[in-house]
Amino acid sequence: MVAKRIIPCLDVKDGMTVKGVHFEQLATIGDPVLLGERYAAEGADELVYLDISATNEGRSTFTGIVRRIAERINIPFTVGGGISSVDDAARLLDAGADKISLNTAIVNAPSLIDRIASKYGSQFVVAAIDAKIIDGVWRVVTHGGKRLTDKELFSWAKEVRSRGAGEILFTSMDNDGTRRGYPCRTMAALSEMLDIPVIASGGAGSVQDVIDVLTEGKADAALIASLFHYGEISVRELKEKLKQAGIEVALNYAENIPER
Amino acid sequence: MIAVIDYDAGNIRSVMNALVRLGAEYVLTSDPELIRAADRVILPGVGEARSAMENLRLRGLDRVIPELECPVLGICIGMQLLCRRSDEGNVECLGVFDSDVRALEPDRAAGVKVPHVGWNRLGDMKGPLFRGLEDGTYVYFVHSFAADICGDTIAKCLNGREFSAALSKRNFYGVQFHPEKSGAAGERIIANFLGI
Repeated sequence: MVAKRIIPCLDVKDGMTVKGVHFEQLATIGDPVLLGERYAAEGADELVYLDISATNEGRSTFTGIVRRIAERINIPFTVGGGISSVDDAARLLDAGADKISLNTAIVNAPSLIDRIASKYGSQFVVAAIDAKIIDGVWRVVTHGGKRLTDKELFSWAKEVRSRGAGEILFTSMDNDGTRRGYPCRTMAALSEMLDIPVIASGGAGSVQDVIDVLTEGKADAALIASLFHYGEISVRELKEKLKQAGIEVALNYAENIPER
Repeated sequence: MIAVIDYDAGNIRSVMNALVRLGAEYVLTSDPELIRAADRVILPGVGEARSAMENLRLRGLDRVIPELECPVLGICIGMQLLCRRSDEGNVECLGVFDSDVRALEPDRAAGVKVPHVGWNRLGDMKGPLFRGLEDGTYVYFVHSFAADICGDTIAKCLNGREFSAALSKRNFYGVQFHPEKSGAAGERIIANFLGI
């Protein structure tokens, strides 16, 4: 069976990696390409790079970074942040991105999914959904949780899948950055409802949280930032612990591949 | 010289980047003369089988490729195009490998998702492509259609049903996974192909 994936997430602002707590109060971490290489060497299954630059200069810097990542890193990577047109998607594909993650733009114009998926394939399109509980209902939010939309999580997830998204990245804004774990029951309901992979994001504060979301939460992958960025645990240590917990993970390390 | 076939098949940059990392020289081309003159040919690509076959036909490459005598490696859709036919768009393919390409089926109860995305294990690995790698090596897959197991199968994989993760016949090789995205194991597989 396909292994559960561990995906370090790197937020990039003006060419530097940062990590936000509730998407604010950013602390600088380092060079995104070097950090990505380190994660890949440690056994990351994929990488996600989110561009959180607010300016055009920041955006064009990011495209250059995507090109460098593609040249240097030999595992798949997804890029997201500010993608609002087929042209944006084409530019990032051309720079070497394996997938793009779409968020606010598809809430505003859902047909963007259809247009990108029909042109470049569903495997290229990750639909990112941020949601939080309002009066007992999971409501989709945008702008880092600041704007409430009229969409409900489960119906929106079905819609993005039927429009051609190949994977769904689900972030609970009630949990993101809190390190209190993932909302596993909601995660499991989402994963069981959908026949495409679901990636859990936001909230991991311990190894047990990751174990829980991949078992109880039935997530196909976990996107992780803080746990790794601050060096509390390496990707490799986490994957070894997941394996000990009986979870199938891919453990190919470069040193196990014999020299040619 | 390695010829990477340019047929408008999406995300081929990653294959070229992997060749650069291995120090290999290549030319990206759809010119039949250059392709016939190459000593290695790679048919890469991500996309839909029917339009990909049409793109090969438009360039006359549907006749050129099956007649090549140097080692040829099809990757992902490139491998599927080397099979007899594909259910994706119900299209006749190049007919090198004795296998048909069919859709993978999701199975919610068993947790089988489609597309098959992520790292999965290779089993029953055979031949020079996998030199130095052990059964159970994980490689990266992204696909919704897969080639049936047949006499040309040189590696198997399981996602709902068992399918051909790799095929080979004479000088032709095909891999369903993406060696260019499969870390050190994938780089070893590409290097093995270049060394055949």
